[in-house]
Amino acid sequence: MSNIITVKDMCLWYGDHQALKNVNIEIPKKSITAFIGPSGCGKSTFLKTLNRMNDLIPGLKITGDIRYEGTDIFSKEVDVNNLRKEIGMVFQKPNPFPMSIYDNVAYGPRTHGITNRVQLDEIVERALRDAAIWDEVKDRLKKNALGMSGGQQQRLCIARALAVQPKILLMDEPTSALDPISTSRIEELVMELKEKYTIVMVTHNMQQAVRVSDYTAFFLLGELVEFGKTDDIFSQPQDKRTEDYITGRFG
Amino acid sequence: MLNQSLSKKRKGFEVLMKALMLLSVGLTAALVLFLLIYVLGQGIPNITWELLSTKPSYLTERIGILPDILNTVYIVLATLLIVLPLGVGAAIYLTEYASNKKVVGIIEYAAETLSGIPSIIYGLVGMLLFSNSMGTCLMAGALTLVIMNLPTIMRTTQESLKTVPQSYREGAFGLGAGKWRVVRTVVLPGCVDGVITGCILSVGRILGESAALLFTAGFAHAVNGLIDGLAAPGATLTVALYVYAKEQGEFGVAFAIAAILMVLTVLINFAATLVQKHFAKRRSL
Amino acid sequence: MKKNQLMEKIIHGIFLVLGLITVGCVLLITVYLVISGIPAIREIGLVDFLFGKEWASTASEPKYGILPFILTSVYGTAGAILIGVPIGFMTAVYLSKLASPKVKSVMQSAVSLLAGIPSVVYGLVGMLVLVPGIRKIFNVPDGASLLAAIIVLAIMILPSIIKMSITALDAVPKEYEDASLALGATPIETYFKVSVPAAKSGIAAAVVLGVGRAIGEAMAVMMVAGNVPNMPDSLFQSVRFLTTAVSSEMAYSSGLQRQALFSIALVLFLFIMLINATLNFFLKREKE
Repeated sequence: MSNIITVKDMCLWYGDHQALKNVNIEIPKKSITAFIGPSGCGKSTFLKTLNRMNDLIPGLKITGDIRYEGTDIFSKEVDVNNLRKEIGMVFQKPNPFPMSIYDNVAYGPRTHGITNRVQLDEIVERALRDAAIWDEVKDRLKKNALGMSGGQQQRLCIARALAVQPKILLMDEPTSALDPISTSRIEELVMELKEKYTIVMVTHNMQQAVRVSDYTAFFLLGELVEFGKTDDIFSQPQDKRTEDYITGRFG
Repeated sequence: MLNQSLSKKRKGFEVLMKALMLLSVGLTAALVLFLLIYVLGQGIPNITWELLSTKPSYLTERIGILPDILNTVYIVLATLLIVLPLGVGAAIYLTEYASNKKVVGIIEYAAETLSGIPSIIYGLVGMLLFSNSMGTCLMAGALTLVIMNLPTIMRTTQESLKTVPQSYREGAFGLGAGKWRVVRTVVLPGCVDGVITGCILSVGRILGESAALLFTAGFAHAVNGLIDGLAAPGATLTVALYVYAKEQGEFGVAFAIAAILMVLTVLINFAATLVQKHFAKRRSL
Repeated sequence: MKKNQLMEKIIHGIFLVLGLITVGCVLLITVYLVISGIPAIREIGLVDFLFGKEWASTASEPKYGILPFILTSVYGTAGAILIGVPIGFMTAVYLSKLASPKVKSVMQSAVSLLAGIPSVVYGLVGMLVLVPGIRKIFNVPDGASLLAAIIVLAIMILPSIIKMSITALDAVPKEYEDASLALGATPIETYFKVSVPAAKSGIAAAVVLGVGRAIGEAMAVMMVAGNVPNMPDSLFQSVRFLTTAVSSEMAYSSGLQRQALFSIALVLFLFIMLINATLNFFLKREKE
C-alpha cells in the first residue's frame, strides 16, 4: 500500500506558541486513518494544514516537508485552490450553504469551471449517491439545504466535498455534533468511501476510531506519539502515553 | 495537476473584482477628503469674529450669523427638552411595562414609519399642525423636530435598557419594590448611556435639518433671548446657509456656515463614538 | 398600600400614553396629509393630476399635472441607485472582507462623516462645483440639471448603503466561507459567490433604504436641479422633483395652487409608505 501523504519533521507555530512538534507520518492510500488525542493536542491543527486551510491564519509559521503524491504542498508552483480540489474537507459542524441542495453540491464543480447543465446534473447525482443521500433528496433538490436535519446536512456536506472528485477526504470530528443514529450512518458511509477515497478523520471518540479506521495516529501536546495499524495501537500500544490515553487514565 | 494555475476566466474574475473594489473604496475615500478639504478650505477664511458675533445689517451691508447661531442653539435646547422625556418614557413603556406583544409591535412599527418619512413632509405637517396655530416660530420648528427625533431617542434608550440584566430587576422586585420604584432606581440609571448617545445623535440630526424648518421656523435674523427667540421666527444655521447661497448669492458666508457645520458634524461623530466606547468598556467590566 | 397601588396605576397609565405617542403621530400625520391633499385632487381630477404633463400653477389658465415631478423623482432615484449602489456595495465588500481592521475603522468613520453632513452643505458644494463642472464638461448652457441631482443623491445615499451592507456581510457565518475555501474556491470567489448571497436580504434592505432617502431629499436637490417643471426628457434639463415642487412654491402659494402642493406631498407620502412596506417585507423574509 503506497502512501499518498508523507510528512517529515513538521513544526507549526501560532506566533510564539509551538502547536506541533516534529510530526512525521505517512498516510496510506485508500484507507481510513484516524487521528486521536485529548483536546488541544494539535490533531485538528495538523489536519487543517494538509489542505492548507491554515494559510488564512495570520502569524502562523510552518516548517518541515509535507508532500502530497510526492509534491511539496507549500511549493510556489502549487496552486492552493487545486490542492483543495484534490484534498477535500468535511467540518465538525455541518455547514451547508444557505442555498438549494442542488446548488450546494454543484458549487464545487461550478467553481472549477463546469457550467454545462447536463454535466452538472450527472455530477450532483453521482455525489449524492456516493454520500448515500440521493434517495432522500432526489425529489427536493431545489429546496433549501438548511431545512434538513443535522445528519442529513452532514451527508450533504460530504456529497458536496465529493462532487469535486478529491483523492483525499479530511474529516474534522464529522459526527461529534450529531445524534447516535446519524453518527452510525456516517460511519457506515465512510467505510464504503474508502474504496474510492483516502480518508483522514479526526475523532474525539476512541470507540469510533476502533470501529471505523484501519490506521490510527495518537497525538499528545503537539507531538505525534504513535502511529500504526488500529488493531495494533489499541491492543499493544508501544508508548506508555498511548496506553494511558486509551485506557482512560486521562481524557 | 497541482501546478495548473487558475483558468483565464477565474483569474479575470479575481482581477476585475479586486479592481472594482479598490476603485470604489478609493472613490469613497476621495469623496470624503474632497468634501472636507473643499468646504473647510473655502469656509474657514471667511470665519471672522465679526461674522460670528453680529447680526446682518442693511445699513452697513455686513452679514453676521449670530442670530442664526443663537436660533440653532435655542432650537436644539427646546427640542431636546421635550423629546427626551417623551422618548425615554416611550422606551420605558416598551421594555418595562408593555405586556401585549401586538401593542409593542404596533408602536415599534409606528416608530420605524416615522423615521422613514422625509423631512419636507415633516415640514409641511409641522406647518399645518403648529405654525397655523402658533405662527411661524422656532417653537413650531422645535415641535416638528421632536416628532422627527422621537424614534432615535426611543431606539437608543431601548437598546441600553435591554442591557440592564434581568437579575437586577428581579432582585429589586424580590425586596418588595413596586414597579415604578424598580424602574426609577434600578433600570433608569442603567440606560443613561443610551440616552446620552441618543441625545448626541439627535443633536447631529437637528443641526443638519433644514427642510423641516423652512415653513415652521421661518428665516428671520433677529437676535433674541431664549424665550423671545422661541416665540419668534428665526433661521437656523442650515436654513441661513440655504438662503444666503441660493437666494442672495453670498457664497462666502454660506461656506463659512458650511465649515462650521462640518466641524460640528465631526465633533458630534467623535463624541458619539467616545460615549459608546466608554459605556461598552464599563459594561464589560 | 392602596396609595402605592394607585400611584403605580397612574404611572403605568402615563407610560402607556407616552408609548402610544408614536402611533398617535403617525395617525396625525396621515390624517392631516390626506385631509389637506384630497381637495385639490378632487377638483383637478385624479387622472389629470397624476398623468398631466404640464404644471403651470401660476399661469392665467393654471395646469396641475404632476407627471413631470413623478417621472423626475423616479428617474432621479433610479439614477442615484444605479450609481450609488454598485459603488457602495463594492466598498462594503472590500471593507468587510478584505480590509485590515485599521483601514476598516478609518473608512467607517469617514462614511459616518459623510452620513452626518447636512444636505444644504451637499447642495452648496453641488451648486459651486458640480453644476459648473457639468456645464463645462458637457457643454450645456446650464449645469443645473437632472444629472447634477442624480450625482448628489448618489453621494448622499452612499453612507447608508455602505453601513448596512457591511453589517450584513460581517454577519455571514465564517463556516460558509470556510466550506467554500475547502472546495477550492479563492477568497474573492468565496466573498462574491457565498458571502454576498448569504447577506442578500441585508443588502436589499440597504438598497430600499437608499431609495427612500433619495426620493425624499429636498434641499440639496433644490440647489442643483434647476427647478423648472420640465418633463425629464434629458439628463441636462432643469427639472423639479416631487419634493422640490412642494418646497419651491409653498411660501407664496394660495388657493388651489396651495392645495395642489399638499396633494403632491400626499402622493410623495404614499410612495414612501409603499417603499417602507417593501423594506419590512424583505426584513421579515430574512428572519425566516
